[in-house]
Amino acid sequence: MPYATHPSTPSSSSVLPGEDTDGSAPADVASPGISVPGNRGIKVVRAITIREKPETLYAFWRNVSNLPRIVNHPVTILPRTALESRWLVSAPAGRKMEWNAIIINDEPGQLIAWRTTADADVANAGSIRFAPAPGDEGTEVTVSLEYNPPAGKLGAAVAKLTRDSAGSQVYDALRRFKALMEAGEIPTTYGQPVGGPQREKAREHRP
Amino acid sequence: MKALVWMGKKKVEVQTVSDPAILLPRDCIVKITSTAICGSDIHLYDGVIPTLEKGDILGHEFMGEVIEVGKQVKRIKAGDRVVVPFTISCGRCTHCLRQQFSACDNTNPNWHIAETLLGFPSAGMFGYAHMTGGYAGGQAQYARVPHADTGLLKIENDLPDEKVLFLSDIFPTGYMAAENCQIVPGQSVVAVWGCGPVGQFAIRSAFLLGAAKVIAIDSVPERRALAGKAGAITLDSGDDVMEELKALTGGRGPDASIDAVGMEAHGSAYDEFKQALKLETDRPYALRQAMRCTRKAGVVSVPGVYGGFLDKIPFGAAMNKGLTFKMGQTHMQKYMGPLLKLIEDGKIDPSVIITHRLPLSEAPEAYPMFTKKTDGCIKVVLDPAA
Repeated sequence: MPYATHPSTPSSSSVLPGEDTDGSAPADVASPGISVPGNRGIKVVRAITIREKPETLYAFWRNVSNLPRIVNHPVTILPRTALESRWLVSAPAGRKMEWNAIIINDEPGQLIAWRTTADADVANAGSIRFAPAPGDEGTEVTVSLEYNPPAGKLGAAVAKLTRDSAGSQVYDALRRFKALMEAGEIPTTYGQPVGGPQREKAREHRP
Repeated sequence: MKALVWMGKKKVEVQTVSDPAILLPRDCIVKITSTAICGSDIHLYDGVIPTLEKGDILGHEFMGEVIEVGKQVKRIKAGDRVVVPFTISCGRCTHCLRQQFSACDNTNPNWHIAETLLGFPSAGMFGYAHMTGGYAGGQAQYARVPHADTGLLKIENDLPDEKVLFLSDIFPTGYMAAENCQIVPGQSVVAVWGCGPVGQFAIRSAFLLGAAKVIAIDSVPERRALAGKAGAITLDSGDDVMEELKALTGGRGPDASIDAVGMEAHGSAYDEFKQALKLETDRPYALRQAMRCTRKAGVVSVPGVYGGFLDKIPFGAAMNKGLTFKMGQTHMQKYMGPLLKLIEDGKIDPSVIITHRLPLSEAPEAYPMFTKKTDGCIKVVLDPAA
């Protein structure tokens, strides 16, 4: 389903979508990082510098249909409205985690911030900032993510999946984003010739 | 196709593997006509480079004919005769635009491994363990070459393979090592530890850059002899190197020293013991000596490969003498064109270091010969078709 970049929203914020169906998002949310209640969430901040204009990088990220290309993990993202999308992320043991993400702050060329709505399997909130780097270095891209692992069996699976890897998954996505924006492609060796015993392993693994 | 595969410490074999295919739109496929064994392949063969896995195809010095190109390849065409640099560079990141090609940001798919070990990832490299990307190497009949437009050097003359093959690594590596010495023409004295292939090119490059004197240090007589032919004064590494160097430099010491030995230096039982017990990853005997012997305010240039952690480094000597250290994997694409010109102009003949020409099928025997330096072995070139 094609998804157009949201036409330049009034910058700065507190603009919350009227179509927020479950009505759980407080209307005064203006900044990212506050949707995980009681400040008990796990926080991750990762940054990378990309030799491209902030506007170009922002435009790629603002179109959520682009994101599965850079997230190195099975994920389906279904845009629902200009501000809201449904995320389906695979978890260990064939489980799926789902949530609705809603953009709560959208400053073209500078910032996108989002948070999940109340029914999320994993409550999370985050932002991505695009700021000019010194000299001719390009643009500093910083992702802040805060999430609250749920209780129960799914919670255990989520914890297993994310305890060590949330930061590295965010960083991995940033590295892939950088490679795609700068070099035009994300490096890989998957599918290249290998000798035994890797040949046998290569057949078993990988999507 | 046939390819040389690492199967464990001191064990390599020629296996039949699948042919490479275009995986990304900037790739090309090269049918390899000549390939060589590099001194740094010995570190892999010996199992001292972290993240090498059984089944990896080795080789990073190769050339051949382009037989297929991806959709986004513009400069390179099927049929081009090319030399492939051992580093893979995107050509568009900040490091590439600054000609720091071996620091390319976007060609190492295993950045997480490299960051854990090194802090930041280097460029991808062919046949050099998973830390540098895990790319299949070129001791094979065919290779997939990413970012063909950035990497490949077209050969549009009729020079034979063996005169241009070493533009793939060791000639640019020796040249960058010499350039890093900040040679003042007609004045600088350069000492080179190691007269293997990179040392030989470092010696010749130092003279090309105007060094007044080059002193070459090695324990192997035929390697010293080859260094002598290039005009170097030679020392046996068993000599009292410090005193000999002082005697040859009016007591000043060399202005610059090149460590073209790297992590598997011989001469120190202490290091061989610690490396065997995995208490130390590298044996930096040559580097220690270079640090002590270099003149005050001099330069230590390190083209020799190091993999991890070094022990008993005389940092006090470096600090108190005010040494400058210059090192790194070679920024290949910066040097290949200008050095090809030197070959075309007859200023240097890289093929003089070749001692063995063998079929790829004999590579499993060539590795121990090159490692032990038996049969006068200095450089092995392999024919993948044979």
